[in-house]
Amino acid sequence: MSHWRAPGSFSLYDMDQPIHAALGLTDEELSMIIEILKREPNYLELAMYSVMWSEHCSYKSSRVHLRRLPSKGDLVILGPGENAGVIDAGDGIAVAIRMESHNHPSAIEPYQGAATGVGGILRDIFTMGARPIALLDGLRIGDQSDPRNRYIYNGVVAGISGYGNAVGVPTVGGEIVFDETYNANPLVNVAAVGVLMRDKLVLARADGIGNSAILLGATTGRDGIGGVSVLASAGFGQEVDSSKRPSVQVGDPYEEKRLIEACLELLDKRLVVGIQDLGGAGLSCATSETAAKAGLGMDVQIGAIPRREPNMEPFEVMTSESQERMLAIVEDANVAEVLAIAEKWEILAAVIGTVTPAVVHEDGSSVGMLRILDGQEVLANVPAASLADEAPLYHRPLAKPDNFDENSQMDVDSLIGEIDVIAELTKMIGDPSAVYRQYDHQLFLNTIVGPGSNATLLQLASPEIGVSNKAIGLSCDGNSRWCELNPRVGSELVVAESALNVALVGAKPVAMVDCLNFGNPTHPSVMWQLSESIDGIARASLELGIPVVGGNVSLYNEASGRNIEPTPVLTTLGLVEKISGIPPTTSYGVDRSIVLVGDISSKLAGSKLAWSSRSLKGGNLVEVDYDRHRSLIEAVLCLANDSSTYGISAMNDISDGGLALALFEMARASGYGFSLGSDDRDYKLTPGQLFSEAPSRIVVVTSNPTSVIDFFDEGSIPAVVIGSTNSTATLDFGAQALMMLPASGSKSQLN
Amino acid sequence: MSKVGIVVFPGTNCEHDVARALANLGVQSELVWHGDSDLSSYSGVIIPGGFAHGDYLRPGAIARFSKIMSEIISCANSGVPVLGICNGFQVLTEAGLLPGALQKNSGLRFICQPEALEVVTTRSITTSQLSPGDRITLPINHFEGNYTCDSQTLNLLIDNDQIVMRYIDNPNGSIDNIAAISNKGGNVVGMMPHPERASSALLGNSDGLKVLASFAASLVVGAL
Repeated sequence: MSHWRAPGSFSLYDMDQPIHAALGLTDEELSMIIEILKREPNYLELAMYSVMWSEHCSYKSSRVHLRRLPSKGDLVILGPGENAGVIDAGDGIAVAIRMESHNHPSAIEPYQGAATGVGGILRDIFTMGARPIALLDGLRIGDQSDPRNRYIYNGVVAGISGYGNAVGVPTVGGEIVFDETYNANPLVNVAAVGVLMRDKLVLARADGIGNSAILLGATTGRDGIGGVSVLASAGFGQEVDSSKRPSVQVGDPYEEKRLIEACLELLDKRLVVGIQDLGGAGLSCATSETAAKAGLGMDVQIGAIPRREPNMEPFEVMTSESQERMLAIVEDANVAEVLAIAEKWEILAAVIGTVTPAVVHEDGSSVGMLRILDGQEVLANVPAASLADEAPLYHRPLAKPDNFDENSQMDVDSLIGEIDVIAELTKMIGDPSAVYRQYDHQLFLNTIVGPGSNATLLQLASPEIGVSNKAIGLSCDGNSRWCELNPRVGSELVVAESALNVALVGAKPVAMVDCLNFGNPTHPSVMWQLSESIDGIARASLELGIPVVGGNVSLYNEASGRNIEPTPVLTTLGLVEKISGIPPTTSYGVDRSIVLVGDISSKLAGSKLAWSSRSLKGGNLVEVDYDRHRSLIEAVLCLANDSSTYGISAMNDISDGGLALALFEMARASGYGFSLGSDDRDYKLTPGQLFSEAPSRIVVVTSNPTSVIDFFDEGSIPAVVIGSTNSTATLDFGAQALMMLPASGSKSQLN
Repeated sequence: MSKVGIVVFPGTNCEHDVARALANLGVQSELVWHGDSDLSSYSGVIIPGGFAHGDYLRPGAIARFSKIMSEIISCANSGVPVLGICNGFQVLTEAGLLPGALQKNSGLRFICQPEALEVVTTRSITTSQLSPGDRITLPINHFEGNYTCDSQTLNLLIDNDQIVMRYIDNPNGSIDNIAAISNKGGNVVGMMPHPERASSALLGNSDGLKVLASFAASLVVGAL
């Protein structure tokens, strides 16, 4: 392999080890490649295998487990395996949804890491022919007393704001969580949603022998080389390694905006037979995957690829993760029109390759070959499917952590001691509006309920589908405490919470996408957490009838040998058949009754109070009672769409921080106070009951508590009045626990 | 029937929203590409929000050189109603159709939130259906909405009744709380708030319809 010269600007590769090892491939994986090719790979081929067989692209550690996730359902048009999941919204309208992590790039270069996370997920949506109409961000960042974590927080939010706003897709929801488990390893999970008419759906297949492969969008540069293998598929050491910064891509939202408009025009005019975005592993991925899906081959002329800088090596061109690029497969007759539309939108378009027939072997089997050519010279010649689909799958060893059983014996409720309600609540308060006010969350005029409530509610409308009378609910949820305590039950609780959240805005939960953020998969305890979490999600998915239509797995979330707490993050999609008005939000009116719906629980295991405030990291979570949860979701759907009949002005779910934090959020959104237990007939809650995070519970604020209680009684769901709202700025939790509403409260209410 | 031309630059993103809000009022509109040079079939022009040419260099700085701009300038000079919303306001100042400039928000952050506004004058294409002193709430959505000008220009704006709306609670550091201004004739208006984002009951706010209805009314009157 003497023909390879290491470009001077790179210090990524440790020359003391064999090249395949420096590229992240094991000795066994090299043997497999030699087996496939029946010869030694050259450097370019090795580089292509290293990115395509990386953990990030191949899911080699997780795929055997992911198969257990239910992905089928009556409304599922496309499940996992495509660029995005696609759901049937009725009347010919389809909704595309996808979620992905950009954790490692954001740890090294927060602004660009987060910005390109947004750019990447949007391409997954419009590559299906769908117009992206919404973004959601699940952000988890380390302790803000550390300046580096503050830098990461500011950079990530600025990156999402800078890219998302300029690319012209509203950021309509998400989460922001600060926790020391994410010190040095933040989680940036981004979900995108698009709409299209179902008959315009396009797949990422390179069909049609002789068709042209056209590369659209940005030039190919040296940014992001080895992003999937060097960055996303290895942990961090003691210090965040700035030598990895060249592996982070750099985004240009203006390029992406023009690319969106150009591609939607191409797809609308049916000028492409297949299209694929260039994300992780760049051209290696787009060319091999499109060819493999069609069972055909592809010839790529390396010299035809527009470069950002001179003297780029073929391996750099083929593995570059330069942003804002798409590969379109186009019939000869349409090439000229495609190039003209690209010119109108001022994006580059270059014919870089041709779809070729599969090679038929003597035994009758056929294989599509991906060839990288420089004129007549063949630089690489590998079976396309071997890159795309034939990475090794690992059944990595699993082991329950040693202290798991011991921890679960902990009697958290008796260890908790005295609870000062106001002191504890004060520690939990955050103001997400500081984040979402930096995001355009209103573009397209679809935002009926915006960020800061239980879930987002968006009208389904776009220039392509027109203005429909349907809406979607979206909620992004995760909880590392619950999942560290018990990854299986914790994951079930997260699914249950997310489903309830979309129901609270009147949308029936119909699908979800997930980002599974875990530690180092070579640690058996991490693989056990991943496996348990997947089983938990699978169970909740089946029980609640919400298939998992896509997602990603992010492993190696570790720093200095310490794994993050397991953090599956979900985005749940709900459907509203027919919009009936604005559903109740978390903002209530005065002199109404506060009704607690669901069991009154004082169980605190896994709660913010026990875990974060008292460091009591043990006990058993309250498990989901699925019969109850299904009844509650059904009841909540009715109330959300018929709130005036029941005098309802606000609803909120009870999760993180328990009832205490739920009521605080509602008071802040309203600008008014409340009083608990002040009426003789009110149920009097103990401090422990205020902080329990037991599932399947909500707060309803109503002028007609009797009708609400009777309604829930029909579904055998307990409901009691616990207090009332008033026009003061005082939050009275009973027993002298008073707190004044922050002065800026009323302004955080949007719409 | 009068028709509005909505100008689209590469990077513009509010064009469909403006069209949708106008349609709610029964006003017809069409999108006009920045490379076109004919506005003769329109009785009014709106430059919508977004990031024309990626806001490269600075917002509006490149857009002013687009082919359509000379046509917009001649429309403006002949009394045709021209409304620039957000990025459109920035384009109008860069093109010299409105005085002053829009710099970065004083907090150095992007802001997307509703803002209470006071109507200052009705002598503009966006406020004829309102009254001086009226309070309306419209969303803002910008990084560079901090209006600035020299004191002489500010005095002229005041003297000539060119300040159209002011913020009640200045979110971005604009001089004299300015949210919207007009040219001397009142037929060219730039405003940072987005009336189209407050155009239906489902969005929880329809105050923007009064602004757009004023604009629609000016199409008939303004046909010189």
